[in-house]
Amino acid sequence: MASDRFNINSQLEHLQAKYVGTGHADQNRFEWAANINRDSYASYIGRHPMLAYIAIAENESIGRERYNFMQVSLSQPILLVSFCFGFR
Amino acid sequence: MFLYSLTLHRATGVVCASIGSFVGGKSQEIVVARGKSLDLLRPDESGKVVTLHSVEVFGAIRSLVPFRLTGSQKDYLAVGSDSGRLVILEYSKERNCFDKVHQETFGKSGCRRIVPGQFLAVDPKGRALMVAACEKQKLVYVLNRDATARLTISSPLEAHKSYTITYSITGVDCGFDNPIFAAIELDYSEADRDPTGQAAAEAQKHLTFYELDLGLNHVSRKWSEPIDNGANLLVSVPGGGDGPSGVLVCAENFIIYRNQDHPEVRAVIPRRTDLPEERGVLIVSAATHRQKSMFFFLLQTEYGDVFKVTLEHEGDRVSELKIKYFDTFPVTSAMCVLKAGYLFAASEFGNHALYQFRAIGDGDDVESSSANLMETEEGFQPVFFQPRGLRNLALIDQIESLMPVMDMRVMNLFDEETPQIFTLCGRGPRSSVRILRPGLAINEMAVSQLPGAASAVWTVKKNVNDEFDAYMVVSFQNATLVLSIGETVEEVSDSKFLDTTPSLAVALLGEDSLMQVHPNGIRHIREDGRVNEWRTPGKKTIVKVGSNQFQVVIALSGGELIYFDMDMMGQLMEADKNEMPGDVACLAFAPIPEGRRRSRFLAVGSYDNTIRILSLDPDDGMQVLSVQSVSSPPESLLFLEVKASTGGEDGADHPASLFLNAGLQNGVLFRTVVDMVTGQLSDTRSRFLGLRAPKLFSCMVRGRQAMLCLSSRPWLGYIHQGHFLLTPLSYETLEYAASFSSDQCAEGIVAVAKDQLRVFTIERLGETFNETAIPLRYTPRRFVVLPKRKHLAIIESDKGAFTAEEREALRKECMEANGVGENGNTGAMDNGGEDGEERDEPMTDEQFGYPKAESDKWVSCIRILDPKSRETTCLLELQDNEAAFSVCTVNFHDKDNHGMLLAVGTGKGLTFFPKRTVEAGFIHIYKFVDEGRSLELLHKTQVDDVPLALCQFQGRLLAGIGSVLRLYDLGKKKLLRKCENKLFPRTIVSIHTYRDRIYIGDIQESFHYCKYRRDENQLYIFADDTVPRWLTAAHHIDFDTMAGADKFGNIYFARLPQDTSDEIEEDPTGGRIKWEQGKLNGAPNKVEEIVQFHVGDVVSCLQKASLIPGGGDSIIFGTVMGSLGALLAFTSREDVDFFSHLEMHMRQEHPPLCGRDHMAFRSAFFPVKDVIDGDLCEQFPTLPLDMQRKIADELDRTPSEILKKLEDIRNKII
Repeated sequence: MASDRFNINSQLEHLQAKYVGTGHADQNRFEWAANINRDSYASYIGRHPMLAYIAIAENESIGRERYNFMQVSLSQPILLVSFCFGFR
Repeated sequence: MFLYSLTLHRATGVVCASIGSFVGGKSQEIVVARGKSLDLLRPDESGKVVTLHSVEVFGAIRSLVPFRLTGSQKDYLAVGSDSGRLVILEYSKERNCFDKVHQETFGKSGCRRIVPGQFLAVDPKGRALMVAACEKQKLVYVLNRDATARLTISSPLEAHKSYTITYSITGVDCGFDNPIFAAIELDYSEADRDPTGQAAAEAQKHLTFYELDLGLNHVSRKWSEPIDNGANLLVSVPGGGDGPSGVLVCAENFIIYRNQDHPEVRAVIPRRTDLPEERGVLIVSAATHRQKSMFFFLLQTEYGDVFKVTLEHEGDRVSELKIKYFDTFPVTSAMCVLKAGYLFAASEFGNHALYQFRAIGDGDDVESSSANLMETEEGFQPVFFQPRGLRNLALIDQIESLMPVMDMRVMNLFDEETPQIFTLCGRGPRSSVRILRPGLAINEMAVSQLPGAASAVWTVKKNVNDEFDAYMVVSFQNATLVLSIGETVEEVSDSKFLDTTPSLAVALLGEDSLMQVHPNGIRHIREDGRVNEWRTPGKKTIVKVGSNQFQVVIALSGGELIYFDMDMMGQLMEADKNEMPGDVACLAFAPIPEGRRRSRFLAVGSYDNTIRILSLDPDDGMQVLSVQSVSSPPESLLFLEVKASTGGEDGADHPASLFLNAGLQNGVLFRTVVDMVTGQLSDTRSRFLGLRAPKLFSCMVRGRQAMLCLSSRPWLGYIHQGHFLLTPLSYETLEYAASFSSDQCAEGIVAVAKDQLRVFTIERLGETFNETAIPLRYTPRRFVVLPKRKHLAIIESDKGAFTAEEREALRKECMEANGVGENGNTGAMDNGGEDGEERDEPMTDEQFGYPKAESDKWVSCIRILDPKSRETTCLLELQDNEAAFSVCTVNFHDKDNHGMLLAVGTGKGLTFFPKRTVEAGFIHIYKFVDEGRSLELLHKTQVDDVPLALCQFQGRLLAGIGSVLRLYDLGKKKLLRKCENKLFPRTIVSIHTYRDRIYIGDIQESFHYCKYRRDENQLYIFADDTVPRWLTAAHHIDFDTMAGADKFGNIYFARLPQDTSDEIEEDPTGGRIKWEQGKLNGAPNKVEEIVQFHVGDVVSCLQKASLIPGGGDSIIFGTVMGSLGALLAFTSREDVDFFSHLEMHMRQEHPPLCGRDHMAFRSAFFPVKDVIDGDLCEQFPTLPLDMQRKIADELDRTPSEILKKLEDIRNKII
C-alpha cells in the first residue's frame, strides 16, 4: 500500500481530485476546451471590470452577463474574441 | 525608463455594496466595493452621501457581507476577494480606518474556478460564515467570541462537492437552530460525459441546504431539491419569530419561495409590454427591508424595474407570494435600504443615486401573485405592466460616476490655464461627454454688482459669540461701503465705520468692539457706540495691518512697526515699536495658543525677500526669532494651525503643528513649519500656484480652518481625511476674499472680483476633478477633436436597440393603448395614474433605458458637438442596421478642394454569438459643411469586414478591416484601394503612424510595427511582439515605443531595440525588410517590453499629456470602472531609488487590507517591471507615527521629508 501512494498514477489521481481541470492521458479535445472555458469564465465572473467590459459590448446588464457565463460554462466551448470587438 | 503610477481619480463604479452599522450605535453606513477600493459612505442629515473613509486594497473585491455577533452593537465586515483569503474587517471610529481582525488563508490567489471568494453568506445571527467558489468548493467558518469579547474564527469546515457550479448562496434565517446555508447548485458531471450535449441540456439545478451542526462541528447536505432551471439568485427570508424563514429563489421570469418541508410558492415576474417574447426577466439585485412587524423585498430586474415582493404567511406556512411593481430606476449592481427611509442604488453604469421613500408601494399597481398563477400549455401566463415615473421614491442625491470611461482626450480646448479632460462615459441613454477639470466644484450663491472696482472685502461679527456675521465691509479706491447681513444684504449708514476713506482692515476686537484700519489711523468702535480714533504721527500712512482678537500691529510707510495690545478695559494701547530695515510687505499673527490671551509670534514679510518671526513676549521687545529668506518678496502671510487630534471624523492622530504660509510675488506658495516654542522655521515646501502673487485668507471648511489662496485662479488648502490637500477651485480670478456665514449659508466665502461681489460655497471636498456633463444618445465609442473649430466628432452605437423613429412609434403606440394619445402630447407626459390629479413624472430614457430589440439590431449616430456651448450642431443617425466603430479625420493630399474630411467605419448587422458575423462593413466619408458645424455624406465604400481602425497616413486613409491593413485614396464615388497587407493575425484595432512607420495594434496579438515604402507602394511588417496581448487601448509614445493596455488590466510599453531600429532605418534599398523572414509566421524582429504594470481594471484609453501648465508629460489612462490614472516617468536615478525603497518598505510594513500580496497583485498576469506604485507609497501618511519613523530611518530621511517627496511627485502630475 505504501508504495501505491508514491506511484505516479496515484499522485496524478490525487492532483486530479484536488485541482479541477488537471488533464489526463485520455483527455479529448472537447474536455480540454471545456476546462479552459470554465477557467476563463470563472475568471471573468470574478473580475468585475471584465464583466462590465463585456456587458458594454453585448449591451446587456452585468447581472445578466454574469448569469450567462455561469450557464455557458456548463456547455459548449465558445471563444470570446468577439467581445473585445464589440466594445469599440 | 521607470514610471510612477498614481490614481488621479478613484474608480467610481460599484461592484457590490452592503449596509451595516460599522461605526457602531444607531447610525447606518453603506460599505461599497469599487473593485480595488473599499469605501464607507453615509448619507448626512440633508441626504447628501458623504464618504467617511476610502482605502485602496490592491486586490479585486468580489463580495462583501456584514455580520454582527449576537448582543453586539457593531457590525464586522467579511470580504471575499481574489486573495485566496477570507478577511474580516472592523471599522475603527477613532482612527477612521478599517482594521483587519482576521485573515484566513484557504487557497491560491487570483480569481479561480475553485478558489472560494466569489460568494459570501453569513448566518443572520452571525454564528457562521460560508465562502464559496464558482465551482466545487465551499468553506464554512464558525464565528464566536472569546472571553474578552473578541471575535474568533474556527478552522474551515468543508462542504465541497465536485462537478458542481454554484450560482448563489445565502444564509437561511432559522433563529437559533443550527445555522443553515442555501445554495443554487448545478451538477455537470453527466453533461461532461455526454458529448452529444443532451445531458447538458437536461442538467437540473438544485436548491441545497447545508446545515452546520454546531455541536458536532460538521457541515452536512441536509436537503436538496430540484428547482427552476433559470434560478440565479437567492434572497434570505426572515425567520425565527419574524417570518416564515426559507429563501426566495429568483429565477428567470419567476420568483419562488422555497423552504424545507414546504411546497413551492411561485409567482411570475411582470414583464414590460414592449419586451420581445424570447427575452427572459432576470433579477440582478435585491434588498431586504425588515421592521419589527413586517418585511418586504425589493428586487430589481435587468431592465431596471423594481418589484416589491411580500409574503402572506401564518407562522412558517407561506400562503401567497405577491410581486408588485414598485418603481423603475437605472439597473443597479447593489441596492441598500436604510432605516432612515433611504434607498441607496449603486448603478451598474453611470451615476449612483440616493432615493427617499415616499411610499412603500401600497398604491394600485400591477401585481402578480402566486394565488392567480395560470399555467397554460405554453407555460405560465405572463403578467404585463407599463413602467411609469417614480411614485414611491424621490431622488435626493446623485453620486457622479464616470463608469465606464470609453474614450478620453486631454486637451485645452477652452484656452484655460490647465487642460481639460474630455471623457466619453456611460452606456445607452445615460451616456455623456464629461469635461473634467482638476479642481473643486463651487456653488455660486449670489453675484451682485458694486458701484466700482473693489479692492477688499471683510466680514465681521458684532459679538464673538454670534453665530453669523453682522457686517460685510467692502473697500474701494477712496471709499468704504458697509453692508449689513440679515435676511437680505443691504447698505447701512449707522455702523460708525468711516466711509470716506479706503479701509485696510476691519475686524472684531475683544468681545464686542469693532476696528477699522484706514491709511491715516485706527478707528476703534466700542459696543456702546463710543469711537476712539488713533492717528498716525506726522505724514506717515499705514501700509499694512495684522490683527487678531486682542492684538493689532500696523506697519507705517518707511518700515516702522507699531504694536497695539488690548488692555483689560477693552482699550487699545500702544505696547511696543520696532523699526524694520525697509518697507513691510505683509504681516500676520500666529494663532493664539489655547488658554492664553496673546499670540506669541508675529510674522513680517519684507521687500528684501525675507520673512521674519518676531516675538511678542512683553519681555522680549519684539525681538527677531528667526529669519527665512525666500525667492521673491512675500505678498501675503497666513498661519495655519493644525490642532492636535486623535482621530474623529476625518483622520489619524496628528500632533499639533503650526504652518506659516506665504504667497510670494512670483506666484509661489511657500509653506514652512513653525516651532511652537522657539519660533524657528523648518521643513519648507513651495508650490507654484499661478501667475499672480497668491493672497492668503483664512476660511472655514467643515468646521476646520482652511486656507484660500487667490492667485490667477483660486486654490483651497484644507485637511481631508487626514491629508492636507491644496486644490484649485474651478472659478474665475478673485481679488480678495473673506469667510462668510449667514443663516442661509453657514460656511460660505465672499469675494470681490473687479466690480462684482460674489458669494459661494465649496462642494464635494476631497475630489480631484469637477465635471460638467453633456448627455449623449447611445453608448459613445470613440471621438476625434476637430482642432480648427474646437468641436468634437463622436460616434455612438448600441446593440439590441430600436432606432429613434421606431422608438417614437412604439411610444405613440403604447400611449394610444393607454388612451392618452389623443391629447396630442408627443410622449412627454405619461398620465399613468387612474385619478387625474396624481401625475407621474415624464418617462425619460435615462430612467427607463431603451426598449430592448433583437440582439442583432444596432442603432448608431455620428454627432458633432460644440463643447463650449454644449450644443450638438449635427446629429446623423445611421440607417439600415449600421453601427459606427471607428472615426478619424483625414486630409487627402491631392484633393484640396475638400479640406478636412471625416471618415467613419461602420459594420452592418454585426452579431457575436455563436460566431462573429457581419453582413458588410462600410467606410463613410463625410464633408464638413456650414462652417464645420454639419456633415454631408460624400460617399461610402463597402468593405468585407468592419473597419475597426482608421488613420490618416501621408495624405491617404489607412484602414484596418478585419485582419487586413489597407491604404485608400479618395475617388469621386468611392475610396480607391492603393495598397494592402493581409498578414495580420486577427483583427486590427488600432493604427498609429509616425513618419513612414505604422504601428498596428491587433485585437489579440499586441503591436506590429510596419513600414510603408512609397516607391514600391508596399507595406511590410518588420517587427512584432512576443506576447499575446488582447489590446484595449494603444498610444504612440516615441519613434520606437508604443504604450498599450490589454483587457486583463495590464499596461505595458513595447519598444523596438535601438540597434534594430537603426538597422531598419539605415536600410536604403529596403530589400532586407522585404526578404527577411521571421520564424513561425512572425515578423523578423521583436519588440521588447520595457514597462509592465497590472492596473487591476480594464484600461480603455491612454494618452500622453500634461495636466498642469508647464509640467512634463505623463501617460493618462481611463478605465472601465471609471477611474483615471497617470504614469509619470522619473527624471532622476535618485528618485527611482528612493521610491522603490519606499515601496519595498511599504510592502513589508503595510500589506494590503484584503490580504492580497501587493507585489503579486501588480504582477497578476506579467511580472511588474519598472513601475513604482504611487498609490501604495501614498499610504505612508496613514501609517502610525512610529512606523513612519522606522521606515524613514531605513531610508535615511525624516518622515516629513518623505511626505514632501510624495507631495512633490504628485504635484508634478497634477
